[in-house]
Amino acid sequence: MAVKSRLFGAESRMAYLLLLPTLILLAVVVGFPLVLSIWQSFFRADDGVDPETGLLQQGDTFVGLQNYADAFTSSGAGAGFWNAFWNTTLFTVVGVSIETVLGVAMALIMARALRATGLIRASILIPWAIPTVVSALMWQLIFDANGIANRLLNYQVLWTTEGWQAKAAVLIADIWKTAPYIGLLTLAGLQTIDEQVYEAAKVDGAGRWRTFWSITLPLIRPVLVVAVLFRLLDAMRMFDLPYVLLGKLRSGQTLSMLAQDAATKTDYGMASAYSMVLFCYICLVAFLFIRLLGADVLGESSTRTKKKRAKGSKPKRLVTTSEGSMA
Amino acid sequence: MSTWTSPSRRTVMARTAAALAAGAVTACGSAKPGSGSDPGEPAKADFSERGPITLAKGKDTTGHLRSQVEAWNKEHPDEEVTFLELSESADEQRVQLVNNARSKSDAYTVLGMDVVWMAEFAANKWVVELPKDRFPFDDMVPSTVTTATYFDRLYGVPWASNAELLFYRKDLLEKAGADSAPTSVEEMFEIAEAITGKEESVFGFGSQFAKYEGLTVQITGLIASAGGVLFDDEGTPHADSPEAIRAMTELRSAFDSGVIPKEALTYKEEESRQAFQDGRLVFMQNWPYIWELVNKTDGSSKVTGKVGLVPLPGIGGKKGASTLGGLNWSISAFAGNHGTAADFISYLVKEESQKEFAMATAQAPTLTSLYEDKDLINRYAFWTALKEGIDAGVSRPPTVRYAEVTQAIQESAYRIISGEAEVEPEMKALQKALVKLAP
Repeated sequence: MAVKSRLFGAESRMAYLLLLPTLILLAVVVGFPLVLSIWQSFFRADDGVDPETGLLQQGDTFVGLQNYADAFTSSGAGAGFWNAFWNTTLFTVVGVSIETVLGVAMALIMARALRATGLIRASILIPWAIPTVVSALMWQLIFDANGIANRLLNYQVLWTTEGWQAKAAVLIADIWKTAPYIGLLTLAGLQTIDEQVYEAAKVDGAGRWRTFWSITLPLIRPVLVVAVLFRLLDAMRMFDLPYVLLGKLRSGQTLSMLAQDAATKTDYGMASAYSMVLFCYICLVAFLFIRLLGADVLGESSTRTKKKRAKGSKPKRLVTTSEGSMA
Repeated sequence: MSTWTSPSRRTVMARTAAALAAGAVTACGSAKPGSGSDPGEPAKADFSERGPITLAKGKDTTGHLRSQVEAWNKEHPDEEVTFLELSESADEQRVQLVNNARSKSDAYTVLGMDVVWMAEFAANKWVVELPKDRFPFDDMVPSTVTTATYFDRLYGVPWASNAELLFYRKDLLEKAGADSAPTSVEEMFEIAEAITGKEESVFGFGSQFAKYEGLTVQITGLIASAGGVLFDDEGTPHADSPEAIRAMTELRSAFDSGVIPKEALTYKEEESRQAFQDGRLVFMQNWPYIWELVNKTDGSSKVTGKVGLVPLPGIGGKKGASTLGGLNWSISAFAGNHGTAADFISYLVKEESQKEFAMATAQAPTLTSLYEDKDLINRYAFWTALKEGIDAGVSRPPTVRYAEVTQAIQESAYRIISGEAEVEPEMKALQKALVKLAP
């Protein structure tokens, strides 16, 4: 009864009314284009050419799920789909994993820095502040056949040709740019940890490694999981970096690039189909990630964690212990 | 079904602008999804309308076009031309023009068209057919007029052309005892091999072999230099012809023997130029714009004064051929004031304007007479070679699905030169792909 009145009472009707503008806005800005894209992905432009005049037949033909079938079989207009799919997956999984490790390491350095903290933090954050296209152009110079990278290696790797080295080039440039993002968010998490927790660990004889695994990591986990989630979603729709760095090389082609490529060929049906597949893929990954790692994106469990922390950390007792031992 | 027409059709209906050209109305009026409308006749222009127009072209890097537009505006205050600069990258320009055409917008009147977009824009009726007697087509180099022709009709007025040339190191050739520039590709590779055998830090030949539009330019020209054609006049592909295979085999063996360095797989125009002016290449195939740059005396070039140039050599005794670049002026089917647009194009392509432009920017003109012009011959050392190159030039395939065609060519050519695939089977596969893409 109580639930029912809350849902349908006059008060709640007012609440829905107040929410209406937002809902309409969302429907127009998010819902409408999405539905339109789905609808468009069922069409293909007519491409019959009049043999006398060379003029093109005008119009689109409803082809049902043909665009999706072509994509999943990598045939016809969908050629290159699985290559782009695996590239996207590789850049996401490998890239984000390394970024996470490096990002956490950066955060630990930034948090521990005793002198010139501002300078160290700023310099670590510079890559993140540079626009992707600019950094891609920069890396293009570095990865030139006679560029700095090859001079340092003292060996000529043709980074911007087809092959594993092109993928490596994308990964290196991406990690360089985005690890600081994870670093920054992790640093914010680190600063919320009470210093006393570390003192307690020290008293209990925990080494640095043990402290990191048992104290630091669990306490920054909520922040880290959200940071990694954002990076995952971001990496999955990667476009500008490989587009600028590698151009049309298959080795760097991602699903977003495939969609853009189809659109420039005025094959908007196929472009929409690619976009929808990518959309579903991202949704799936986000869903699984939140389910498995319990990312707290909406702040739903903040009250729970607060309670838990209040119960679990028991700062009072820790203080007493350390004071007691000092005495 | 009748209310739920396809998305693009609905966007079209949403824009019921009164200014739609007559051709455009027939183009979209009868279309039904699923059936495909009869293409009908090409879009026609109404040359009696006059008034202000716009000019849409890629970035005016020299600033010279802008000054010509200003000169026009001074004399035609009632028919003012607004110059809308598009992006610098050709791909981006095309996207801007295509989007504009698909929405049937009248924002662009005169369009600066890369020669490879002509077929797509003509077939879609985005640009109007031009009457043969309205512009001085007969005074232009025939190969440039071909780039503006689609199914025997003219859709653009050639304004700029371009052909690649062979640049070589005079000093190194002399040292090796070669008294003149090579006249065939085979001879060129021989000389290159002889020189690189002695000079350790020098590679034989370099050109644009990265996977991008430049690779299509190389391959189309190379096959023509062996006496073949990638596409014939009827639009039928011939990628597995003996000439095409001969040309590709020659190229592949130069990669295998190291005459062309592996790093050429990363070369676009600027990378080739850099390698050449650093003194690392004996021969280089490139556009004439590099001439002044490799001869700069400010120390940026190590080969200043040591460079010679000739038209491209052929293969197997055939005459060498370059793929043509260039720009044609077309008129949008969706904008008004076609009369002014036509007059303005006439103004841009007339001898006086083209000469002025060539003197200032080294852009290859389209009027035949300008290649005999004393001032230009004295100004540019490459002028006569360039004319020869343009005369013998070949167009890239004039197909509606150019984006797919060029991609297929690039993929196959790249597989061959990078050693991923062998010449014959790959060219057969390319032929199959091109047949599928042919209309």
